[in-house]
Amino acid sequence: MGIITALTTQFAQMLLVLLLAPLFTGLVRKLKARLLRRQGPPLIQPYRDLARLLQKEVALAENASWLFRASPYLIFSATWVAASLVPTFATGLMFSWSADLIAIIALLGSARFFLALAGMDVGTSFGGIGSSRESMIASLAEPAMIMIVFTLALVAGSTQLSTMADIMRAPELGLRVSLGLALVALILVALAENARIPVDNPATHLELTMVHEAMVLEYSGRHLALIEFASSLKLLLYVSLIACVFVPWGLAPAGAEPAEYWRGAGLYAGKLVIAGVALALFESSIAKMRVFRLADFLGAALMLGLLGTLLLFVARSL
Amino acid sequence: MTLPKVTDLTAWTMTPQLLLSCVVVLLGFALLGAAIGRRRSASPLVYSGCALVSALLLANALGALLLAAPPRTAWLAMGLPWIGAHFRLDGLSAVFLVIINLGALAASLYAIGCGRHETAPHRVLPFFPAFLAGMNLVVLADDAFTFLVSWEFMSLVSWALVLTHHRERENTRAGYVYILMASFGTLALLLGFGLLAGPDGGYAFASMREHPPTPMIASAALALVLMGAGSKAGLAPLHVWLPLAHPAAPSHVSALMSGVMTKVAVYVFIRFAFDLLGPPQWWWGGIVLFVGGVTSILGVLFALMQHDLKRLLAYHTVENIGIIYIGLGLALAFQANGMGLAAALALTAALFHVLNHSLFKTLLFFGAGAVLTATGERDMEHLGGLIHRMPWTAGLFLTGAAAISALPPLNGFASEWLTLQAVLLSPELPQWALKLLIPAVGGLLALSAALAAACFVKAFGVTFLGRPRSPAAANAHEVELWSLTSMGALALLCFAFGVLPGAAIDAIGPVVESAVGARMPAQLAIPWLSIVPVAESRSSYNGLLVFGFIITSTLLVVLAIHRFASHRLRRVPAWDCGFPDPSPATQYTAESFAQPLRRVFGTRLMQAREAVHMPSPGDQSPARLTVDLRDLVWDGLYAPISGAVGYAADRLNRLQFLTVRRYLGLVFFALVSLLLVLAIWG
Repeated sequence: MGIITALTTQFAQMLLVLLLAPLFTGLVRKLKARLLRRQGPPLIQPYRDLARLLQKEVALAENASWLFRASPYLIFSATWVAASLVPTFATGLMFSWSADLIAIIALLGSARFFLALAGMDVGTSFGGIGSSRESMIASLAEPAMIMIVFTLALVAGSTQLSTMADIMRAPELGLRVSLGLALVALILVALAENARIPVDNPATHLELTMVHEAMVLEYSGRHLALIEFASSLKLLLYVSLIACVFVPWGLAPAGAEPAEYWRGAGLYAGKLVIAGVALALFESSIAKMRVFRLADFLGAALMLGLLGTLLLFVARSL
Repeated sequence: MTLPKVTDLTAWTMTPQLLLSCVVVLLGFALLGAAIGRRRSASPLVYSGCALVSALLLANALGALLLAAPPRTAWLAMGLPWIGAHFRLDGLSAVFLVIINLGALAASLYAIGCGRHETAPHRVLPFFPAFLAGMNLVVLADDAFTFLVSWEFMSLVSWALVLTHHRERENTRAGYVYILMASFGTLALLLGFGLLAGPDGGYAFASMREHPPTPMIASAALALVLMGAGSKAGLAPLHVWLPLAHPAAPSHVSALMSGVMTKVAVYVFIRFAFDLLGPPQWWWGGIVLFVGGVTSILGVLFALMQHDLKRLLAYHTVENIGIIYIGLGLALAFQANGMGLAAALALTAALFHVLNHSLFKTLLFFGAGAVLTATGERDMEHLGGLIHRMPWTAGLFLTGAAAISALPPLNGFASEWLTLQAVLLSPELPQWALKLLIPAVGGLLALSAALAAACFVKAFGVTFLGRPRSPAAANAHEVELWSLTSMGALALLCFAFGVLPGAAIDAIGPVVESAVGARMPAQLAIPWLSIVPVAESRSSYNGLLVFGFIITSTLLVVLAIHRFASHRLRRVPAWDCGFPDPSPATQYTAESFAQPLRRVFGTRLMQAREAVHMPSPGDQSPARLTVDLRDLVWDGLYAPISGAVGYAADRLNRLQFLTVRRYLGLVFFALVSLLLVLAIWG
């Protein structure tokens, strides 16, 4: 019985992220449009886009290799697995211990590795520019993320997200400077990792400044659908991650009553809406950055993470 | 007739005597190679012989390791008359014998295939088996004299292999720098042993263990070993020879030098720091950590700037050696503070990374060798599109690239994850210097892992993807089955240790226990085969499940797509935003791929300067972009030393043209001053 419930919750989580990811993307788009006084696309537009792309023929470049065709599947499944491992409405799911936060970051790194390779596969200049810049962004964002993980892990005494959420929820924790630094750094990294303004513009095409879109320029049809879906999942993952670590209230603990699961799910939806509003507000009020200023932007995230960790190392002996 | 019992079997297998006989057979193959090296049949003969002997050595070492056999010694009446030659097979040497002979077996198999394209086989065949013999001897040696002779033998033979193609100017320079650095390293080790042996001359390791040195002497010896072994391993700032010498040798030898010989140097460091020097001081850990962190970041940054495939791999060896030394430094720091479990975790991480790096670096060098065999090119700017013509090599190289970039579920991630877990245990350390140093080193570790991924996107993307940039790349063919088999086996091992890291961790458990007095809990007993360094609530990782999830979800997606999505597919010209250019020269190159990172990291560290030379209006010549990079280590350390040596040599040159009368005067003066010294201090 216990196992069946655990398995069901685990699958529910996997399905939930799959269903919610396009909706969240649609929500952010709608809110951004409203902030610009436009009507904006309906909330379910991303689902329609995906369905349309799936029905379309794939126009494959003549010299595309097997790697180009296999990458969308790998990117999607790695992102999906990573997104399912981040607690959304409940902690302590059946397989949550199979990968800690470091492994989740590394799974996203695998997805990016293949995306960057796919960008170089056809041998066009746009693909190369995208891969090259994505590699630069990643090589700054990933260490910043690891420093954030260090900070969180030192506070919580664990790199497991479920344990982290439980400890962050405890009232005796109080406010900590290191956690504040980590939160700011995590938001900066999340913006960069999801190709949001000011790092990259998700709505752009045919611009020399594009990064993510340049890499996927040669994709079409079902392949493009998978890649778009994977980026929605990744956005949802980062929002869930911030919610799980910094606002863990409402997460149902392992073996909880069904009512608690429903409450957790309801609160999670609320958190998503708040995150969507915040993201839309932020993106509408700021301009995109020049590519080479990104180093300062992400360098700040890295330094904040390092500072947070250092404070904790030093504070242990005080 | 009765079958021999297991005890009888272990009486003669897994002994140093048997391993030494194998080494003698290898030396025999070296002589054979010298005798018939020019014949066509020589190459398969020598390499298959080496493969057989390496397999035998590997089986014995693996047996000794897995059965956790007690140390066994051997004594031969060779070498210095009053001590002879001591040999010993214990857990630590068994771990490294496994690594050496696994690499040797793979390299021999690979060379049965690709080795037949060698243009100067008579310069490789005599030295290759001797090189294998030398590495085995270093690890088996149990006294200072045998050790130093084997070490120097290994260095000299590998030097000869570096000079295989000695008519190329670059290789000659590489050989020159290598022999200088190797001599420096041996000198440092010689002095280190001198300090340990003391005035009574206890050269056997056993007597050094019995009389551990005073902390003062131990610290001096550690510094010497850090320099001696570090120069062979490629620790900054002693790494300059490595990216010159490793790529110069034939590819299977490059693989052994990078994947295996650097590990022999790590063995020497571990043997000293955890066995011979007695209890460590906490600041040893700090120094090793600092050096390791600097090495890893320097290595990966220089790797990013390379466009020679083999040199890029060699710089990555420098990076990974840095990661290994970070683990070793943490282990020393923990052990000095009596944190046995944490020290065990850090040392396990380091040893596991030693194994992993030997696997994927050997694989990557084989891949580079296959590309070199197929196209005659090492320069990535002349390659491209090889995934179409060499699909197997491409897939295997990709596995190695993913493993070295620390991507789950492969093995590189497992060992770097363990190292990060060890870093997370370090706030408990009492020393302030370590508290400030370790977070910074952790940041460097994360940075170098991320940069390594960027670098391998570049290496794989430019070499294997895109369109061919030269006719050689356009007409390449897949390499022989032997070479592919060898690469395939290594890729399989990379994968196996990635999903079942517990097997490797448990195998090195007893070794770690004898080095630091504690070991990680047995991992294979944990349900679902996860690895749990300290406690499950703290951290756990399960490569098998992660791999299972990825496979399952990929299958689900493939099924869903197959069921619901359109199947139509049309081959069309590349889109490229509507402006496709038929010339492959418009693709991103290795140089342009690294440009953003060069601007971010290189302007200070490498003094990178870009200059655009535009022709004047009306001039038909093309515009040129030149990039100037400087190696500050070379400019700041080696150039002054080499200048000073040159200056002194010029001045001393005068002494060669004196009259006999003056020479006699000099001799007399030297004698008198020596006698004076004796009279005063004697």
